[in-house]
Amino acid sequence: MSSPETSAALGADPSDASDPSVMSDPPARAGWSRLSYAEGMALGLREALASDPTVRLMGQYFFGLTPWRRLTVDIRERFPDRVWDPPIAEIGYVGTGIGAAISGLRPIVDVATASFIFQPFSQVVNEAANIHYMTGGQTRVPMVIHVNHGIRGGGAAQHSHSPQAMLWNTPGIKIMTPSSARDVRGLLRTAVEDDNPVFWADHAKLFDYVDDVPDAEERIPFGVAEIKRAGTDVTIVGTSLMVRRALEAAEILAADGISAEVVDPRTLVPFDTETILESVGRTGRLVIVDECHQSCGVGAEIAARVAEHAFDALRAPIRRIATADVPIPFGRPMEELVEPSAAKVVTAVRSLLG
Amino acid sequence: MTSVPDPLGMLERMWLIRAFEERVSELYARNQIAGLLHLGIGQEGVAVGLAWGLEPRDRLFGGHRAHAHALARGADPARLLMEIAGRATGYCGGKGGTMHIAAPETGFVTATGVVAGNIPLALGSAYASTVSGDGALGVVAFGDGAGQTGSFHESLNIAALWGLPLLFVCENNGYAEFSPLSAHTKVERLARHAETYGIPAVTVDGNDAAAVLAAVRDGVDRARAGGGPTFIEALTYRLRGHYEGDPGKYRELSELADWKQKDPIARFVADQGLEAESPAAEARARAIVDAATDAALAAPHASVDQLRTQVTAEAVA
Repeated sequence: MSSPETSAALGADPSDASDPSVMSDPPARAGWSRLSYAEGMALGLREALASDPTVRLMGQYFFGLTPWRRLTVDIRERFPDRVWDPPIAEIGYVGTGIGAAISGLRPIVDVATASFIFQPFSQVVNEAANIHYMTGGQTRVPMVIHVNHGIRGGGAAQHSHSPQAMLWNTPGIKIMTPSSARDVRGLLRTAVEDDNPVFWADHAKLFDYVDDVPDAEERIPFGVAEIKRAGTDVTIVGTSLMVRRALEAAEILAADGISAEVVDPRTLVPFDTETILESVGRTGRLVIVDECHQSCGVGAEIAARVAEHAFDALRAPIRRIATADVPIPFGRPMEELVEPSAAKVVTAVRSLLG
Repeated sequence: MTSVPDPLGMLERMWLIRAFEERVSELYARNQIAGLLHLGIGQEGVAVGLAWGLEPRDRLFGGHRAHAHALARGADPARLLMEIAGRATGYCGGKGGTMHIAAPETGFVTATGVVAGNIPLALGSAYASTVSGDGALGVVAFGDGAGQTGSFHESLNIAALWGLPLLFVCENNGYAEFSPLSAHTKVERLARHAETYGIPAVTVDGNDAAAVLAAVRDGVDRARAGGGPTFIEALTYRLRGHYEGDPGKYRELSELADWKQKDPIARFVADQGLEAESPAAEARARAIVDAATDAALAAPHASVDQLRTQVTAEAVA
């Protein structure tokens, strides 16, 4: 598995990417295309817009400030009346999206950098998440809220958040954290057709990863994990970009003769606990790699579920690799120290098997 | 005096709200209902003046003091009281309660317990109607306490920017929770904020239901003609505390007595010459509330079986 994310982080144009792993990918199988994650996002957005006239996009930073933002221009040209540009007023425009969803539209609202979700957090948590329940099911909020989460390099404390754990602590919101072009496209189709608010967290460092995507339309159901790599010695659970870290770690471990299974839950809400329990039942060991801060993070919840339901299967303590419990620092050596990495996963796995 | 097309209908609805809210207060005092109750006694003129200017398709978003708005829009008093009493047969199955009333079929879409949280929702509703062409206006009612929030200002800006078919209805009762508005802002008339954003604004006597109705009609006409949002500031006064049980020590008794003289129902009766009809209208309202009370207190409490339902919406087959 290549790691083409450096060019995205630095803002280089992927069309002249120097990373040979991107350019020398094998040709696609019949009926499949080789697409970057960003192209998978754009495909899902285009398909959603084409399939339902009530779908609207609000905001234009789906691809951050990476060169992939040209894909937004393409969407605007294809659907000129379907994209709305809000002022920088997240309370106002996210709330507008919620009200539009209540009233018959299916908005996809982009909050851009995930750290900005805290501006309209009350709209998301108090209004969108609660409305269906507190109206006794009378009102539905079919919308998607998009962010680019995580440490993208140099974002420091206010442009690097991974708020998905906080929102997992909020009943009423579904959460998708895709890790591949195929998954983001297929999950997005499901999200747009869902009658609930769906929080869609992408990671800008995923945009350049290339994978096979079926040419036919595909809807990937929520709550169904995928085993991204089969193995027998240890289960590594990752979400979003951390699936890539887990796969890199598995490759390194394979050279040592350690067989790691990589499980990608794909959605946090609903969450496929079963697939993880089955995997741990086979491997007896669990390492979770998660970009939320460690305390009460996504990894903490997964660890608790496995400890509660598969304690007898565990042959070693559960290990969490997460972002350190400090604000994200700016300087690169400090940033590297706090963020989860393949090397940290490898070290954790070796410690369990040592 | 301003003439209105349906004076008796408006009077009966104001009496219904008054009788309903007084009953809620009594039930609370007798420990027959619980919760954080915010009553609209004294503010009936705004709710009814507003409702009589709207069409059924228009979508009203209320706040924490919304019983009056729901009733004004036509919510069933029995189902509303059941909800306030936490009963399974209430509008929200007992899951919402007093601050989260929703009766969408009446055009009262939803309410929020978070000050100003409802304002952007009405923007979205107005936006949706511009897409669907259903002609439904977005309407949002909030108190003067909302005027100092970011949600309020972001929403005014967006509504003006996009020319949304919308009415902002500010019920300025002079008190944000437990302190006078002057302790919250230097801006005495919140309509001035609307002027900043280029939104036509008017300040009316909120205890004059006919004046409220006239202002609403102007705003409705503007919005339906594509003229964008209107801001209506209705000056009024709540004759009860911020919540039931509020000792209200921040208000002078003389002020309360003064406003009781401006009671919106008495004012409307006098202005519209309804002295002969008013006693019977009040009696009908109180009979409706008596029946609603009997039904609500006999209704089953919200069942624990429903605890985990409706957390997320199921797909519609």
